Amino acid sequence: MLENYVPVLIHLLIACGFAGATLLLSVLLGKSGARNPVKDSAYECGMLPVGESQPRFSVKFYLVAMLFVIFDIEVVFLYPWAVVFRDFINDGAHIIFWSMLSFVGILFIAYIYVLRKGALDWKN
Amino acid sequence: MDWFLITSSIIKIIGVVFLMILPLVAYSVYAERRVSAAIQDRVGPNRVGIPLTLLGGKKDIPFAGLLQPLADGLKFLLKEDYTPAHVNKFYFWLAPALTMVPALLTCAVLPFGSELDLSFLGIDKPIPLVIADLNVGPLFIFAIASLSVYGIVLAGWSSNSKYPFFGGVRSSSQMISYEIALGLSVIPLIMIYGELNLTKIVTFQDQHGWLLLPLWGEGLSLERWLLLIPACISFIIFTTSIFAETNRLPFDLPECETELVAGYHTEYSSMKFALFFLGEYAAMIVGSGLIVTLFFGGWSIPFGLGSGLEAKPLWLGLLHMLAFFLKIVVFIIFFIFVRWTIPRFRYDQLMRLGWVFFFEIALANIFLAAGILMFTK
Repeated sequence: MLENYVPVLIHLLIACGFAGATLLLSVLLGKSGARNPVKDSAYECGMLPVGESQPRFSVKFYLVAMLFVIFDIEVVFLYPWAVVFRDFINDGAHIIFWSMLSFVGILFIAYIYVLRKGALDWKN
Repeated sequence: MDWFLITSSIIKIIGVVFLMILPLVAYSVYAERRVSAAIQDRVGPNRVGIPLTLLGGKKDIPFAGLLQPLADGLKFLLKEDYTPAHVNKFYFWLAPALTMVPALLTCAVLPFGSELDLSFLGIDKPIPLVIADLNVGPLFIFAIASLSVYGIVLAGWSSNSKYPFFGGVRSSSQMISYEIALGLSVIPLIMIYGELNLTKIVTFQDQHGWLLLPLWGEGLSLERWLLLIPACISFIIFTTSIFAETNRLPFDLPECETELVAGYHTEYSSMKFALFFLGEYAAMIVGSGLIVTLFFGGWSIPFGLGSGLEAKPLWLGLLHMLAFFLKIVVFIIFFIFVRWTIPRFRYDQLMRLGWVFFFEIALANIFLAAGILMFTK
């Protein structure tokens, strides 16, 4: 079983090697120019940089990240269920449909709550 | 150690990455520039060909600019590789590699052909044309592809500059939002196939009709025609989410030029910039490959031609590879046309589409497919 993952490992090594080699090549072959303060400043369309370099941003981005964890785990639970769904249905075990419907239903209530709270509303 | 397995997979990996993905990346950039030029009534890159004047000839052969990607690649290598003083150097260097490596790695589970009969070389077993035949295909792709979020976030953060930072933050939240829609839209397909192994999924479609074109084999049953409804809904959600995942135009807010200069790769130059570019296009190609594999029968030829053969001769193996390649090219052209046709979303529209419309429709779609499967059993 694990033997199947050997090519993935080789692939990973080749991909990393390729990335490393191209980065190294551009250092070796690239033209080297002088440093100067203008080149070292942050690029903002040629103007002098204004304000902080890492400004404050909306808290909504954190919220999206947290909601993602919850709902992505829901998706992960659905995968094994989907693989065996047909076998269960062919055996007449309709319980598989209703049990998943109840599981998703509970999460859907949470989703409605999130929606009503305005956590997904980016207009304001 | 099974040296045959190792050697054959090294050959396959090098073949797929360096002879298929990288040339496709180079020429889809070229195609993108030519198509956009045609759409905007310009000429586009049409000069770079064989430089005979360098060798003392009278005139260059323009060759319709087909050597432009080569010249671009050379230029990326020869340009100054500048690391600005204000960046966080370690992560600044790590980020481009971290975006490109996952994009190249995802193609490991895509079956790019059926099998190659190399008996004339003295190899008695036919070679399966997939790098790693894992039985978690789509899960592997989603798991690895989501790693490229780290590259983009790190690029934005380590640049220590305003616009890359905003680009990185926007991009990460966009990518994780659409990952949910992507994951949910695949579930009806898995229920239909009852399988996560992409090779078996393609073989099934080869014999029983593509998911979106069930015209032969068992595909002619009432069940498969009813299942076309959830399959089409899945297809629309899946394709749109691939656009969002690869940050392409209706969803290119992470790098929209009018607001953020160039987004997360503003501070990058030379090969480091090229690696971001490469990663984005490689992700697009693997994305089209996944769409083709799940919905349009992967390497199989329409109407089940050649699916009845027990042992696949060499020419059929090659034909299957060609079919897969052509289907990917069709999707790349589709991606390019969409990019130059549709204007950019506003950020609140993008979030609303992902979290409200796609999430709800994809969830309902799962139970629609489940209902159809229960009803027609």
